[in-house]
Amino acid sequence: MTSYIVRRLFATLPVMAVVALFVFFLLRFAPGDPAAIIAGDDATAESIAAVRAKLGLDRPMVEQFVVWVGQLLQGDMGVSIFSNLAVTRLIAQRLEPTVALTLSTLFVAVALAVPIGVVAAWKARKLVDRLAMAFAVLGFAMPTFVLAYILIYFFAVQWQLLPVQGYAPIREGFWPFVESLILPSVALGITYMALIARITRASMLEVLAQDYIRTANSKGLATDRVLLLHALKNAAVPIVTVIGIGIALLISGVVITETVFNIPGLGRLTVDAVLKRDYPVVQGLILVFAGAKVLVNLIIDISYAFLDPRIRY
Amino acid sequence: MFRRVLAGALALAVPFVAADVQAQEKVLKAVMHADVRVIDPVWTTQTIANIHGALIYDTLFGNDGNQKPQPQMVGKYEISPDRLTYTFTLRDGLKFHDGSPVTTKDVIASLKRWGAKDGVGQRLMGFVTKMEPVDDKTFTMVLREPYGMVLESLGKSQSSIAAIMREKDALTDPQQQVKEAVGSGPYMFAKDQWVPGSKAVYLKNKDYVPRTEAPSSFAGAKIPGVDRIELVWISDPQTTMSALINGEIDFYEQPTNDFLPMLEKARGVKLMKTGKIDSTQGMIRLNHLHPPFDNVKARQAMYYLINQEDFLRTIVGNPKYYRVCKGLLTCGGPYENDGGSYLMKEYNPKKALQLLKEAGYKGEPITVLSATDHATITPATQVLVQAMREAGINVDAQSMDWGSVVTRRAKKDPPAQGGWNIFVTTSGGVGSSNPVLHTWIGAACEKGLFGWPCDPEVEKLRNAFGMAATEEERQKIAKELQTRAMEQVVFLPFGQWDTPIAFRGDKIDNVVPNTGLAVLWGITKK
Repeated sequence: MTSYIVRRLFATLPVMAVVALFVFFLLRFAPGDPAAIIAGDDATAESIAAVRAKLGLDRPMVEQFVVWVGQLLQGDMGVSIFSNLAVTRLIAQRLEPTVALTLSTLFVAVALAVPIGVVAAWKARKLVDRLAMAFAVLGFAMPTFVLAYILIYFFAVQWQLLPVQGYAPIREGFWPFVESLILPSVALGITYMALIARITRASMLEVLAQDYIRTANSKGLATDRVLLLHALKNAAVPIVTVIGIGIALLISGVVITETVFNIPGLGRLTVDAVLKRDYPVVQGLILVFAGAKVLVNLIIDISYAFLDPRIRY
Repeated sequence: MFRRVLAGALALAVPFVAADVQAQEKVLKAVMHADVRVIDPVWTTQTIANIHGALIYDTLFGNDGNQKPQPQMVGKYEISPDRLTYTFTLRDGLKFHDGSPVTTKDVIASLKRWGAKDGVGQRLMGFVTKMEPVDDKTFTMVLREPYGMVLESLGKSQSSIAAIMREKDALTDPQQQVKEAVGSGPYMFAKDQWVPGSKAVYLKNKDYVPRTEAPSSFAGAKIPGVDRIELVWISDPQTTMSALINGEIDFYEQPTNDFLPMLEKARGVKLMKTGKIDSTQGMIRLNHLHPPFDNVKARQAMYYLINQEDFLRTIVGNPKYYRVCKGLLTCGGPYENDGGSYLMKEYNPKKALQLLKEAGYKGEPITVLSATDHATITPATQVLVQAMREAGINVDAQSMDWGSVVTRRAKKDPPAQGGWNIFVTTSGGVGSSNPVLHTWIGAACEKGLFGWPCDPEVEKLRNAFGMAATEEERQKIAKELQTRAMEQVVFLPFGQWDTPIAFRGDKIDNVVPNTGLAVLWGITKK
């Protein structure tokens, strides 16, 4: 197992190198010029050229790439063209909201989805199953921003139970922290809930048709023991895979949810940086996302071995 | 109830020391039109950087609500009879946020940096032969000609204010951003609490000595009325509106026009006009370098495609907030006039096409840079494109985000090789009210702004305006200038509008109206 993990970690290096190469050159080939945005609406072409020269953006692309890679190898992601702050600082500032939103969303999604999926499989093709799946389809089909605005309208504006927007770091108190995450987690979690519930149902249906489940039922085991201990554990591999994909997607940016609820996470940082052509920030973020995806996939693969003893690395 | 019970229960378990301390502070939470990403108001012309700059830096003069310059950091000043030597003396009690006194060395270094970067500053410095300190509080500025816009330039309150920095910061190359934002203004920037793209925090400068005159735009007393200002960046207008109605924020600088009716009805929310002058002027810029608009007749033909009501109804909707203005200098401003407005007498697409053909247009594609992500420029471009198509013009509307328009418009290549023919933009109402400050009215050829109109007569009249000694003379020149600039079609105006400020009238007081840069000093919390 250890050698497998080490091999997988080393395998991430070429992946990261390819990502770095692509993101650097794709950004440079895309239209847009940060110098023009910095200089502002009233700037002359000469003024823009002067800013571009000072930022080093007039140098050959290969030279810029070599400088950036050199910095990266020293653990330096560079500084934002606009704010002059280190990219690592900007990413670190946004990490807590993103991680908090990811975890709370997963909590909401898994807490709802797994019971719904299990019950739907248990009562397959009955009214409960149809209602559960209709709910899942509705959750999956409804755009997150629509649900978000509906939740804001009722829970924040009309009933004033929860804040409209913003993120309260945990250091400002536990309740403000939780309060700021409830609506975004529900809005986002419903979509993931629908996905996980459908996978749970499908996976459970397959397991429930197995001989050992019939045996367990025949020897008189209680239904909850059959479902949770025998069936769910064996159905867990695809469910964990979907949850893992969800984590990766959430980390790399849930832009709409972050925008509607004004959560200063990595998703919004990415979009803002792309629109402003803040090259060092975009480059740093893409590398972080690529690293996170590789890491999450590794964790999922390792978890398979714990869930299914037949899997060995 | 549920919320209160749960909050109460959690409060027993979790210490709220930091939150309590903050709750005792008087905090103004304001949502502006953009987030603070750049801390140097001289390095960029971005409005938000200048709102930030106006909070932390002070200026020698400040233009009041009538656009007249009034002393701000300056206590007294003298102008020699030949109008060539200005002697300025700083008022008492001026200190930077690090505790050091403001001296004439700081002032001169700051003016030199601003004068090397900002368009208005460059124009002023073109007349300055020397600036010398007399002592720590007094300095002289000597001109080679009696330029009439010295004080207005120093007090300008739109892009790139003449911010006074510490000498060590002001010695930074003007093409590079200063690293520290330490000024002598009413608020101090809390850089350690700054989260670009989310929040910028300003703390009350307890050592600030405001002037005694009543506040009026950038002039008069700048009183730091709250302990802390948080410029919160909420990019979604719907969320911002809900946050204001819910009382989570106190001040919303530029509510979207669609939401104004709802805000007008919301309990506790007030709307206020920004100032005497409308905040924005709409402009269509033609590229004078390439056919067909290298021909003045083709440019003048475009006037027949402008029905300002069409643009303004699309962008703003409610006539209460917009104004038809067939001039290049802001209507409602001190130099409003009707010079050249005869050119905008009717909307007539057929006539436009006929005049274009007479000017040599043969149906080649006209490249329009069409921004897709701008609240006002996007719909305005769509109205223009529709009018051109109605006329039978072959329009090549190229969709792109505003960032790409900003880059593309700087290209002087022919449209077929990555250049352009037309783009739509806006200008601040205050800047557009003055022929010298309104850089888009210039026609300085290759050295001018994108579109590169080229007309020595326009430039001569702008210079003459700057040199005018009396108000009567200025009024006369302003009319001649506007007439000439409209005949040359330096740009096509499509009206002007005002976006009111929305704020919680039940929570804050003493909002100072100002067109251009929002003024946040003076505001107090109830």
